[in-house]
Amino acid sequence: MNLRKKTLLIASGMVLFLLIIAIAGAVMPPELYAPDYAAKKLPPSAAHLFGTDFLGRDMFFRTVKGLSSSILLGVLASSVSAALALILGLLAAMAGGVIDTIVSYMVDMFMGIPHMVLLVLVSFAVGRGLRGVILAVALTHWPNLTRVIRGEVLSLREAQYIKAARSFGRTKAQIAMTHIIPHVVPQFIVGLILLFPHAIMHEASITFLGFGLSVDSPAIGIILSEAMKHIATGMWWLVLFPGIALVAVVMTFDKLGRHISALLDPHTAQE
Amino acid sequence: MRAHNPAKMFITLVRMALLLFGTSLVAFVLISNAPVDPMESFAPSERNVSQEQREHIAEYWGLNKPPVERYFSWLGNVLRGDMGTSSSFRKPVSAVIAERFTGSLVLMLTAWAFSGVLGFTLGVICGANPNGVADRIIRTFSFILASTPVFWIGLLLLMGLSIRLGWFPLGLAVPIGKAASEVTLGDRIHHLILPAFTLSITGIASITLHTREKLVEVMNSDYVTFARARGESRAVSILRHGLRNCAIPAITLQFASFSELFGGSVLAENVFSYPGLGSAVSRAGINGDVPLILGVTMFSVLFVFVGNLIANLLYSLLNPQIRGEGRLS
Repeated sequence: MNLRKKTLLIASGMVLFLLIIAIAGAVMPPELYAPDYAAKKLPPSAAHLFGTDFLGRDMFFRTVKGLSSSILLGVLASSVSAALALILGLLAAMAGGVIDTIVSYMVDMFMGIPHMVLLVLVSFAVGRGLRGVILAVALTHWPNLTRVIRGEVLSLREAQYIKAARSFGRTKAQIAMTHIIPHVVPQFIVGLILLFPHAIMHEASITFLGFGLSVDSPAIGIILSEAMKHIATGMWWLVLFPGIALVAVVMTFDKLGRHISALLDPHTAQE
Repeated sequence: MRAHNPAKMFITLVRMALLLFGTSLVAFVLISNAPVDPMESFAPSERNVSQEQREHIAEYWGLNKPPVERYFSWLGNVLRGDMGTSSSFRKPVSAVIAERFTGSLVLMLTAWAFSGVLGFTLGVICGANPNGVADRIIRTFSFILASTPVFWIGLLLLMGLSIRLGWFPLGLAVPIGKAASEVTLGDRIHHLILPAFTLSITGIASITLHTREKLVEVMNSDYVTFARARGESRAVSILRHGLRNCAIPAITLQFASFSELFGGSVLAENVFSYPGLGSAVSRAGINGDVPLILGVTMFSVLFVFVGNLIANLLYSLLNPQIRGEGRLS
């Protein structure tokens, strides 16, 4: 088995792992993580893998449910962000002039606001809740990818075949659709997947601070912020396991992005 | 020196003004569209605010004027140094920022210096012996750290070191129930260690990985190969060529990380209930304290801009290649 196939196999395994969590959380019956006052504050055991909390809720199922909503939210927000980046990057590089200046200025400006501050600002402005979190995460992540895509398109524009197409009288829009977009797609996909880990981390952070989802919905940020409120009671499992699970998901997304980037890179075709 | 000529300084100032202006516009538009009653957010009804104060607030924010005019009247007030009154702290916004920033500054500076020194050292250890045991351990650790949210690290430290072992206090900047005059420097440092360590964790991974890449690149360069052929030992060539070439980008990177530093402080300060700007902004967001959110947003942009500016200036100052007339780029 060559290296490429191995990478492909590992990447598929990661996708499967993430899909299982996402789907399991989405179809999970709420009874699994409902309060059970007979089983409060239990340390981890075979019956409750991650223990139970102060209301007797099973932490394993709550964590899976929380991760599932984090993954779905993160993927959704990153996709919005990446789409925005693709449109703006393409527009700036193809149109040039004033539009380019404006887009570059916006990129600089949004990069100058610390992410957490922007997240607080946007989720406050949109009204706390699901919509606020998605919009906030989407609005914080587009500038980097926009810059990458803009740079890529700018260098493509100087390529011989683009010049040839232009001399045949193709319009800018036609060139963008038939020649430029297909070339940016690999970069775009890698950029999109590498946005996921950041989006999930930021989603968890902003819900941890108390913005976003309602307190009784099992989001990973809320689980950890509840764990913080009860930290003095010594229930270490409330902090440890959901956090490890979150880090595992974020790392999986990160590695997945790197593997896919290697797979899409034509230089690895011979490996 | 080029970086210091007046024209360039002027352009930098104009850019800063433009950035601040843009940010204020975006922030103001966002806040104006918030689904909260403006009067309610500026002067929440559960707090007893007199009719006179309400009129004062309405006048300050221009609540009875159209949005565009409202923005410019607010901007005019800000330019005159009046950023309004924070409803959750019941103090002028500028006073809250000044007071809270001193707390944050100590925290951020400590964390920043620590992550810089530790990250650079770890990076050099990695790069000195690429793919060795130490390199692999540190790199794996850095990758894990890069995927770990700041607040969770804070929670782990709080749980392990404060609650289990009782080595550190549970939070805040000073001991509870102690008069301000009795608080010693030792108390403050004792309260600072955990939040600062938590905050520094975020910066370590990026600086370590960056320094490692750079050192590996330098050690594979022609001039190091030549130095080695001349009989320099590996250790000496790292000291003579490696460290100097790695230090410049590392310092620049460290100054350019003010944005992550500020963002991380929001989380670290919340976990440890540390009274700084970060905990103030999230409290403002939860309580709908619009003047304070706007104020801190503008202040954070200024902070990040200053960091980037220092990074640029230092880069041209420290790097002999682009210093003075002999510019390469």
